[in-house]
Amino acid sequence: MSISPPQEKLWWNEPIPKSELIWIIVGFIWGLIMFFMMIYWHAVGEQNLSNEAYRITAEDFAARTNTMIEKYKVRDEAGFPVVHPPPGSDVYLIARLWQWWPILELEKDQSYRLHISSMDWLHGFSLQPVNINLQIHPGYEMVLTAKPDKAGEYGIVCNEFCGIGHHTMVGRMYVIEK
Amino acid sequence: MAINEQYRICPATGLRVYRSAENLIKANAVIAIIFLAIGGLFGLMVALTRWKAVHLLPAEWFYLVLTAHGLNVLVVWIIFFEVAVLYFASAVLLGCRLATPRIAWAGFALMLIGAVMINIAVLQGHSSVLFTAYVPLKAAPHFYLGYILFAVGALIGCFIFFGTLVIAKQERTYEGSVPLVTFGAVTAAIIAVFTIASGAIILIPTFLWSIGLVSHIDTLMYRTVFWAFGHSSQQINVAAHISVWYLIAAVTLGAKPLSEKVSRFAFLLYILFLQLASAHHLLVDPGISSEWKIFNTSYAMYLAVLGSMIHGLTVPGSIEAAQRRKGYTNGLFEWLRKAPWGNPAFSGMFISLILFGFLGGISGVVMGVEQINLIIHNTIYVVGHFHATVVAGTTLAFMALTYLLIPLIFQRELILPGWARAQPYLFGLGVTGISLFMMGAGTLGVPRRHWDISLADAVLPYDFPGAANLMMGLNGISALLAGLGGIIFIVVAVGSVFFGKRITLAEAKPDKPEAAVVAKYGSAETPAVPGTMVLVAVFFTTFVLYYYVNWKYLAEIWPLR
Repeated sequence: MSISPPQEKLWWNEPIPKSELIWIIVGFIWGLIMFFMMIYWHAVGEQNLSNEAYRITAEDFAARTNTMIEKYKVRDEAGFPVVHPPPGSDVYLIARLWQWWPILELEKDQSYRLHISSMDWLHGFSLQPVNINLQIHPGYEMVLTAKPDKAGEYGIVCNEFCGIGHHTMVGRMYVIEK
Repeated sequence: MAINEQYRICPATGLRVYRSAENLIKANAVIAIIFLAIGGLFGLMVALTRWKAVHLLPAEWFYLVLTAHGLNVLVVWIIFFEVAVLYFASAVLLGCRLATPRIAWAGFALMLIGAVMINIAVLQGHSSVLFTAYVPLKAAPHFYLGYILFAVGALIGCFIFFGTLVIAKQERTYEGSVPLVTFGAVTAAIIAVFTIASGAIILIPTFLWSIGLVSHIDTLMYRTVFWAFGHSSQQINVAAHISVWYLIAAVTLGAKPLSEKVSRFAFLLYILFLQLASAHHLLVDPGISSEWKIFNTSYAMYLAVLGSMIHGLTVPGSIEAAQRRKGYTNGLFEWLRKAPWGNPAFSGMFISLILFGFLGGISGVVMGVEQINLIIHNTIYVVGHFHATVVAGTTLAFMALTYLLIPLIFQRELILPGWARAQPYLFGLGVTGISLFMMGAGTLGVPRRHWDISLADAVLPYDFPGAANLMMGLNGISALLAGLGGIIFIVVAVGSVFFGKRITLAEAKPDKPEAAVVAKYGSAETPAVPGTMVLVAVFFTTFVLYYYVNWKYLAEIWPLR
């Protein structure tokens, strides 16, 4: 039994039953397939998180964001500046207690280099309803190239607990047809 | 001398049970169950708050209760019970006295003091930092200190376990190799040592930071090291509850492993390929390369997953073989139909096995894929996953074991046997709902750890789809079911321990025939297990389909690079 010492003292010499052998082989091959699937997706898939990131201070990141806002602001909305940067440019998004700043307006089917960093605590970038989720750290600037492929109004929910105002931390992003 | 310590022979199993081990197992198990009751109650409050129509608690209380829920069930309940399992798997299964029982009591005291300190800190209201306590969220210093004391106590428990193995070997209380269940417990204890070391590396500096001696803790470093503690501790749970599956199958049905070699090898895979478990928590964090993520989440071949897949065959396989030996040989599934479904130890164990594999296992592998994590990270899908592993898997397995320990260790009969019989089904059904509905809500983007997904207080509102609210409501109803199952468990367990009818030697039921079923190993004597092969084929098909469905979902989001 499983609760008594093996009956056969040299249990490691016993042959493996066929049922187990088949299952081990199947499981092993499946493990290899799953491993190579991740690498394969880097080669042919379109949804891969970039490896680009930098250490940055909150002040520097805020300064860059403000430069972008001053240059490309098109209107205000509920106290947030709405920014329409040119396609292909670097766009900045600040995460802080408890805001996503500013509101970005992007064009459909255009690529943008999106920079995101936190001014204070950990935050979670959760773009809805497309459901793209990223962990945002203070002191680290994450850079990824995104190409919105559907026009519409998107919400940015914070999905990392960041204190008592966590549930009020909602941002917005527009993707417009051009 | 302790060597002349008193023992008794358990009349039901023939196991030699030493007084010192027995008392420590009792103490650890009872305290574990008390904390399960507390933590479970907090959990119910969390689920009822997230049910939009009820929305029980105000925001401040919600995060406080969520912190208390996570710590009491995920840490305190499970680890106290695991210490009991370690002592059982060493002292009782090997018929040996426990090493240095006084130090074991000191470890017990440290764990208890730590657990109480954590709870006081959280309930005082300035330590709502959740289970993960990510910096720069700052808790009161005694929160971290409680965590540390608890971990030191647990570490002592591991070394008592190792010491007991040494004594058993020296005093020759068994012959040959340790039983499979003990072997599984050894893997759990080895992983526990690694886990607690990681915990010390991150919690000690954080404690010093909380009292002002360290000025800054990097958030990425914290998350990386924290998860080497936080997730590895789940690997302890897996090794422990799989040992419990084998244990229950052996005691209730006389099951023996199909082959010792394969089952032990599968446990060994957990140690060797204990993933650097932080990796799959960091798949969408900045500053970590894809190569590191891919290699460390999978160790190139998913060998720890292979270990679990093997147990997924060998546990039901050993049950099928035992049943076929008894003559239940008709068709593919007579062995399963005629299993002791009325015995809560067996039914609890089998439900735990199925739910852990189908819900917890598959979802865990899928969300641990580097790219697929983009559509799952920090959504409530994650919470659905780990309720399938930790509640349906570990907690239900431990509940099932409790039904065995009460007659065996506490020498009491179960009170309310009818309630006990229904409990695993009720609890299993509730947890299934909790897991599935939270996973469903997660695919619709609902965040975890969030007080109000109606986002009513936000300046820029966003509406989640109506289906998300429906799922969170169904989750609340499932939590009520699971809560009811939990309450029945607590009433039966605590009631039996204190008020159950004492089992005397004369009355002990001779369950002995089960234990007497012995057979040599070898494929010639192991019956084929066609029913189990069908079960694993169904599992594998589900796994592959679900895996690729999620790649399909991923392919629909914005192109990113």
